[in-house]
Amino acid sequence: MSFESAIARLGGTSLSVGSMEACSIAKGETLADTIRVVSGYADAIVIRHPKEGAARLAAQFATVPVINAGDGAGQHPSQTLLDLYTIRQSMKLDGIHIALVGDLRYGRTAHSLASALSLYDARLHTISPKGLELPASLQAELAEKGMQITEHDSVKDVVADVDVIYVTRIQRERFPDSASYFNVASSYRITPELLSPAKKHAIVLHPLPRVDEIDPRVDTLPHAKYFEQSKNGVPVRMAMLLQVMQ
Amino acid sequence: MKRADTAVGTDNEGLLVRRIQNGTVIDHIAAGEALNVVKILGITGTTTEALSIATNVHSGQMGKKDIVKLSNRELSKEEVDRIALISPHATINIIRNYKVCEKKGVEIPDVIEGLVRCPNPGCITNTNEPIRSRFIVTAKGLRCTYCDWIIGRDITSYII
Repeated sequence: MSFESAIARLGGTSLSVGSMEACSIAKGETLADTIRVVSGYADAIVIRHPKEGAARLAAQFATVPVINAGDGAGQHPSQTLLDLYTIRQSMKLDGIHIALVGDLRYGRTAHSLASALSLYDARLHTISPKGLELPASLQAELAEKGMQITEHDSVKDVVADVDVIYVTRIQRERFPDSASYFNVASSYRITPELLSPAKKHAIVLHPLPRVDEIDPRVDTLPHAKYFEQSKNGVPVRMAMLLQVMQ
Repeated sequence: MKRADTAVGTDNEGLLVRRIQNGTVIDHIAAGEALNVVKILGITGTTTEALSIATNVHSGQMGKKDIVKLSNRELSKEEVDRIALISPHATINIIRNYKVCEKKGVEIPDVIEGLVRCPNPGCITNTNEPIRSRFIVTAKGLRCTYCDWIIGRDITSYII
């Protein structure tokens, strides 16, 4: 929706592929063909797709610019730009300590953000359920770039030391049953009590939508920046669209 | 030019695999990898090449090695370099009229296309899209250019 808002604010219009049932994909059309066709209808393509690498494929077949708005469990670079922008509104990016919390294995926003922060000498603290850790290949790549990554069991262990707490949703489908999901999810919940030792300037971010990861009582604390973060999605995406179409 | 010296066995013993008149001999293949080399080259039972394979042959340098002989086909550099993925010490001899006309080693290419399947089930290359898999060769292994998945070991089990 934020891309639609962004293009509308720029004075443009957007065409949405809409539901899978209504489009040619449901009839068996390949993404490559869809992209070739849509290239003739639009000045740029914004793609969100369940398969990793879909945006890269789209860029191969498109004759107009392609923006990756999320590819499976891969990357979410536009979210990262707005995340960086939101952090930058509160502090300098260089050398920050950031806690990534939640599903770091399938959470594409965490992957892209971690990669981007490796350019800023940031220190990464990861807190995730067993089996949902940051992919080993990404950890190796980040370490190669000189990024320090420390795994922790609990947010409590780092809450007093970090500048940013970046929370991602733990998806129910990753667990065998609802009971184990609720059990794990509740242990990663951010509450006002948990945040009490946090630094004054520390901020809490979330790519949204949230389910139970952040207690609604956190919303009124000065640390809570996730709605501002969401709002920043519009100007950042306006800038991206302008950039690719100029 | 020297006589092709890649026949397996000695005159006394008789040749296990005959010398070829024209074609390519891939020598010094890591023992046990000959069938994978053939697979990489896309040679199946339905292709027309005359093919000889010797496995676990005695080698002064390697202890044991495999050899593949391919009649009437000279391999291109691209084909040859693919072999480096599984057998980096292989040597290629181009044979013309029973003589070794060219002898070269294999070099690991920078990019591998259409040869290896991405192990990531969520990768777009594992769908019906009209694309070939594409991997960049890095120090850590093969990196899928679509989903960034790295194949660090057991590359042969992902050969298409």
